[in-house]
Amino acid sequence: MPLLEDGRIVDDPWVTVADDAPLPEAPTILPLARLQREAAALAGRNGPLGVALPPDVAPEAIAPLLGRLALVELTLPSFRDGRAFTQARALREHHGYTGEIRVGGHVIPDQYLALLRCGASTVVVPEGADPAVWDAARRVIGIAYQHSAAPGHPLSLLRRKLEVA
Amino acid sequence: MSSTPKARPATAPVVFTANRLRDGRVVWLGAEGSWVEALAAARVFPPEAAAEGLALAKQGERQQQVVGVYGVEIRHLAGAPVPLKFRERLRAAGPSIAAEPAGWRLAS
Amino acid sequence: MNVIASRPAPQYPPHARTYRYDEIDREFLAERIAEFSDQVARRLRGELTEDEFKPLRLMNGLYLQLHAYMLRIAIPYGLLNATQLRQLALIARRWDRGFGHFTTRQNIQFNWTKLEDVPDILRALAEVDMHAIQTSGNCIRNVTTDEYAGATPDEVVDPRVYAEILRQWSTLHPEFTWLPRKFKIAITGSPNDRVAAQVHDIGVLAKRNVAGAMGFEVHAGGGLGRTPLIGRKLRDWVPEDEFLGYMEAVLRVYNALGQRDNIYKARIKILVRDLGDAFVEMVEREYATMPRDPYRLDPAIVAAIAAHFAPPPFAALNDIAPPEDPEFAAWASRSVRPHRQPGYASVTISLKPVGGIPGDASADQMEVVAALAERHSFGEIRVSHVQNLVLPHVRQDELFAVWQGLRAAGLATPNIGLISDIIACPGMDYCALATARSIPVAQRISERFADLDRQLDLGECFVNISGCINACGHHHVGHIGILGVDKRGEEVYQVTLGGSATNDAAVGELVGPAFSYDDIVDAIETIIRTHVAHRALGERFIDTYRRIGLTPFKEALYAAA
Ligand code: SF4
Repeated sequence: MPLLEDGRIVDDPWVTVADDAPLPEAPTILPLARLQREAAALAGRNGPLGVALPPDVAPEAIAPLLGRLALVELTLPSFRDGRAFTQARALREHHGYTGEIRVGGHVIPDQYLALLRCGASTVVVPEGADPAVWDAARRVIGIAYQHSAAPGHPLSLLRRKLEVA
Repeated sequence: MSSTPKARPATAPVVFTANRLRDGRVVWLGAEGSWVEALAAARVFPPEAAAEGLALAKQGERQQQVVGVYGVEIRHLAGAPVPLKFRERLRAAGPSIAAEPAGWRLAS
Repeated sequence: MNVIASRPAPQYPPHARTYRYDEIDREFLAERIAEFSDQVARRLRGELTEDEFKPLRLMNGLYLQLHAYMLRIAIPYGLLNATQLRQLALIARRWDRGFGHFTTRQNIQFNWTKLEDVPDILRALAEVDMHAIQTSGNCIRNVTTDEYAGATPDEVVDPRVYAEILRQWSTLHPEFTWLPRKFKIAITGSPNDRVAAQVHDIGVLAKRNVAGAMGFEVHAGGGLGRTPLIGRKLRDWVPEDEFLGYMEAVLRVYNALGQRDNIYKARIKILVRDLGDAFVEMVEREYATMPRDPYRLDPAIVAAIAAHFAPPPFAALNDIAPPEDPEFAAWASRSVRPHRQPGYASVTISLKPVGGIPGDASADQMEVVAALAERHSFGEIRVSHVQNLVLPHVRQDELFAVWQGLRAAGLATPNIGLISDIIACPGMDYCALATARSIPVAQRISERFADLDRQLDLGECFVNISGCINACGHHHVGHIGILGVDKRGEEVYQVTLGGSATNDAAVGELVGPAFSYDDIVDAIETIIRTHVAHRALGERFIDTYRRIGLTPFKEALYAAA
């Protein structure tokens, strides 16, 4: 499915492999259980690694592995289920994670801006999604009343001006 | 949402209701897939045709005319359909209280 | 990009202490309205399904009720100025049926709005810096506080300052907009709890320590609804500059762990109940590992916001004796409340006329109150959590004139705190979730007890009515609570006794089998007669109940059966 970054559709070099499939050379997203199981064996691998972190697992569970992960994929099982927002923030804030945070599942454009502010980098969008709609959604509100992981500069009181890449 | 989940099959005649998308008003599935404001003009389905009626009503949802379609069991009283449940009778008739606060209005 | 952003600031009464928007706040609001107007347009064109649109409209306070869309407008912590109240009257006339309904969350709702009109209504609200953001949906709702803030003699800390800080912080919070369930925060700055802090998702008591420093006692996990619970104290003291960081920590634990698969177990109260002390530890751990700096509440910010709530220019006066008019005196004994400033008083305006709809005000009445506020209360009005209005700062020598003005508008029912000052949710007459009607029950009870002497003889008694288990009418914490339920397609009413929402918060006890719509008022009458038969001299209903327990009431109610 198409991948969105900075409001544009971009190429996606990552492949997602199942629990038992052989590992390709390409950048690979693994299920959490496999990453944990094969952590030692994967230590020698050169290709970039990512993990799909289920919504009910705290990022703390993969904290020791984060240094080796170039991507963490989060999921919204339904767009009403906002746990990924907290996971993203925890990854950035508690664990200082700087790799890609990708968000998949049932995401709607109206959530794009908030996801970016929580530290997400990319969003998996439905086939045929209009990137213009998504791009507009991240620009629709340019002022925020609280600190977040996205860039912005303080205005006054609690307010800040958001910056859009 | 205004739908009452209805798992059990209908045992009485059924009409279908929803709220109109653009203004939220209560409407009823009338003849030929139309939506009408008067319960009296609603199309009545016998219990065994309830599923067929629901499918027809759902079209109104898909065509973004109405929201929250569901079936209401009725009986006939002096030829007019009357919902069996109090809630549906109230919904059909509008609030049971004066629509304005009792008390005071400017004389003008 | 936006027309509204550049509009001139509204003309407000100069000394009304509401938070004054500046260009930045207005730009934000304009952006938000543009966003929602676009969402409405997409919905009307069919580009958004109802499933997708519903959470978006809810976040903007728009419900689909039984007969129409209902728009719930935020009145931040119940604070209004006269200009804003006039604008609400205008909206009531132009887009509704000439009235509005004030809620226990200190908001106002309009019951007859059309989806296609909503963008226009929101623009009209924005003209006076108001909106409907986060009055619904699974997000942090309008923060509530003491309706006598800044006026009451027992206040230690002015809670409006921190309510405004919470309002700003929670507005479109990127992380907490898709919570498991709605989230309600109440804050008080007085040791006498008037905000029902212990039955909120978070209840905050702002206080000072012996050194005079500002801090907060934080409770979480209280709530009504299907599972009424009294909150648990998380912290006795959170220093002022750590306030927002600590709030973030509580919300973060809840967002990560609150139940998502069962709507009835999704409120934070269930998580707090189930985890107990472990919840407190998790919050502390979360807080300990958070970076502090970005979340630090800068004292300079607090000071800048506090400036919005500075005392108005009170005149130097002395307390005076009230005029000797028996009718005025009867009203004043219920509606006039001491003020911290000598020579002033706070006036509570009853929106509970006998036979009326609790919390409803017509557009005309709103305008009368706005005019009285301008003339006599620095242009300021409060909405109380029991669905009345308050003029916070009235000169004692002007009380008589205020009373006359209110009386001429049908707003001087002298029943504040009495049995006919009933809290009632909209119930089945409007609400799609209702299982029974609330309003006509309230009307009939107030008619039954219309005799004022009888009400005064009974003294303080809170009757709270909800039309379903969601408990918007706070029935659990009413001295007498009434819950309407559905029994085989007909309405019946359960009665609970002994609830309280103040410092001694308690959930009422169910008295026995439910009563029919026809019998419920007689049942309340029987309960009151039982109280009168057992009471000590001057004893309130709740105190009699606590002393004698449920049994005498049960026996009286079900004797014939
Ligand atoms: S308590 Fe129930 S009936 Fe009353 S307003 Fe709330 S949801 Fe509606």
